[in-house]
Amino acid sequence: MLDFIAQIPIAVWVKEFTDWLTEAFAFIFDPIKNQGGDFLDWTSDMLVLIPPIIVIIIVAVIAFFLTDKRIGLPIFTIVGLWLIYNQGLWEELVFTFTLVLIASLLSILIGIPVGILMSKSKTAEAIITPILDFMQTMPAFVYLIPAVAFFGIGMVPGIFASLIFATPPTVRFTNLGIRQVSRELVEASDAFGSTGSQKLFKVELPMAKSTIMAGINQTVMLALSMVVIASMIGAPGLGREIVSALQNANVGSGFVAGISIVILAIIIDRFTQNLNK
Amino acid sequence: MPVIKVEGLSKVFGKNVKESLKLLDDGMKKEEILKQTGDTVGVNRASFDVEAGEVFVIMGLSGSGKSTLVRLLNRLIEPSEGNVYVDGENLATMNKEDLRRVRREKLSMVFQNFGLFPHRTILENAEFGLEVQGVDKEDRKEKAKKSLEMVGLGNYINQLPEQLSGGMQQRVGLARALANDPTVLLMDEAFSALDPLIRKDMQDELLELQVAMKKTIIFITHDLDEALRIGDRIALMKDGSIVQIGTPEEILVNPANDYVERFVEDVDRSKVLTAEHIMKRPETINIEKHGPRVALERMREEGLSSIYVIDGKRNLKGYVTADDASEARKKEIRDINEILKTDVPTVGMDKPMQEIFEIIHDSPVPIAVVEDEKLKGIIVRGAVLAALAGENEVNIDA
Ligand SMILES: Nc1ncnc2c1ncn2[C@@H]1O[C@H](COP(=O)(O)OP(=O)(O)OP(=O)(O)O)[C@@H](O)[C@H]1O
Ligand SMILES: [Mg+2]
Repeated sequence: MLDFIAQIPIAVWVKEFTDWLTEAFAFIFDPIKNQGGDFLDWTSDMLVLIPPIIVIIIVAVIAFFLTDKRIGLPIFTIVGLWLIYNQGLWEELVFTFTLVLIASLLSILIGIPVGILMSKSKTAEAIITPILDFMQTMPAFVYLIPAVAFFGIGMVPGIFASLIFATPPTVRFTNLGIRQVSRELVEASDAFGSTGSQKLFKVELPMAKSTIMAGINQTVMLALSMVVIASMIGAPGLGREIVSALQNANVGSGFVAGISIVILAIIIDRFTQNLNK
Repeated sequence: MPVIKVEGLSKVFGKNVKESLKLLDDGMKKEEILKQTGDTVGVNRASFDVEAGEVFVIMGLSGSGKSTLVRLLNRLIEPSEGNVYVDGENLATMNKEDLRRVRREKLSMVFQNFGLFPHRTILENAEFGLEVQGVDKEDRKEKAKKSLEMVGLGNYINQLPEQLSGGMQQRVGLARALANDPTVLLMDEAFSALDPLIRKDMQDELLELQVAMKKTIIFITHDLDEALRIGDRIALMKDGSIVQIGTPEEILVNPANDYVERFVEDVDRSKVLTAEHIMKRPETINIEKHGPRVALERMREEGLSSIYVIDGKRNLKGYVTADDASEARKKEIRDINEILKTDVPTVGMDKPMQEIFEIIHDSPVPIAVVEDEKLKGIIVRGAVLAALAGENEVNIDA
């Protein structure tokens, strides 16, 4: 009864479409793959060159000032980062951090303008909202497949997948933050003859700042989780430790890598939250 | 030329604007239109002029369209129909760039909940209008400071809005609006969020400032007392339409219809009515022609216990009492000057009734209303009481 139509070949269509995309846009994908890859390698190489002790001190000092000179977070960063170093995962940590940093920056760079567009146009909002829903509910692993098709394996596809997965919160919160600005303030800015961009930069964005920052915080956390998953397609870092621990059924090293990710996550989370204040 | 000229200005909120406007033409009411088309009539064919230096109050109950109307004046809300001329330029049809220029140079707005930017200091708030105009930093600081000093906030310039009380915040709102020296000040329930005492202070302050500034002010309020205090003219709105425009006196004394009358009913009339409204035509005798005999005769005829004495040019000379006059007749005194009393309580035509009430309280004779020493009328105690009680015994054609 339910079989009155033969199986619709959606999977085939999507595959064909992706193949076509890969080929047709190779002139875009290839440079990104190559130059982007080089850039990422170079960045992480540079970061690895900095002696861990200096990194730890710098991060702790920033934490100290970010949290209004309280010592909780600085102590946590010192102990946590030292532990990761102690477990011989420093290099992996740097790779993961680089990926998260670049992926988050790109997400923010794309997400905020899209969010602004959404807040200014009902049509844009109506079109973008379902796309965001789709992007966020699709299991994260699925993005790895086209990422590999477009960019091969390594860091670049990891960042691509992370972009798709982690950008929505920044878009949503930017839109929300701007729409939440009180009507009177928007009217005040219009009534004094602001142009659209004066209104945006002098009133709306400053007023929406804390909401946008909450979105950025979520984006960064999602980027971290995606970067770990992206190890399955060869992105280096802490995630790769977990993947190989899984393959070897090594509970111990899996746990150590997992703890390291948690430490990194907590530090990143507290940093982005406190930036907000 | 009026500073603001509004012609047939309408705003219909909804999807069937054309149809609703047509129904308005057919004289349909706001409620019926809502039922038929689902549209809300915000403002219905408003027309009025506001002259330079005038304080024009728009008053009405909640939902009557005041905020919509004032926002049509600077086009924060797009009109559905009609024209708004500011200094002869039609706002309704001008392009965005011109609109921005007019908003920057001619129209400033003060908001009900102050509309201050919480992330900016008081000074930065006051600078806003100049900042968007691109005035350079030093210059705009200077002007904003001056404006803040004018409203008495010179010492608070580096505070944030949340650090100030409501009254002070609204002063900042006023200073911000004045900083770019606009022609017209639009104030939408600017004092409604303040508690009553502060509100009164702000009204006084606005009036004081107005003496020096001579701005054209459009002031929205739902409070008749406030309207009467500060308005040169008042427009009363109901269901989007202006039902009456007039001076405070005209509105009070001569309400155009039941709606206005009901609105006006519970106002303390003593604040607005003046001597002119409650005086009566006086009974008099002429000092050049009449003696005590005539005076007594007149008083008897009219049932009075005293009568005013004037000369041929209606200049007030004094009064005589019935007692004195009958005494004089017995003593065969002919000259009225001998019994003339000159301790006459007099008031000018525009003396507010509240003050008349105090004078009449301990005066043995009716009060004389004079203009240029000429007797215009008299006020008896009964008329004051009647007017205070809101009875319609007031003298409209006075
Ligand atoms: N954006 C809008 N969309 C739809 N209807 C609106 C809108 N703004 C105002 N209205 C309607 O227009 C009418 C006039 O509203 P307006 O806010 O001008 O009244 P008001 O006299 O300022 O009242 P209040 O004293 O409550 O501020 C009301 O019926 C209101 O519901
Ligand atoms: Mg209103």
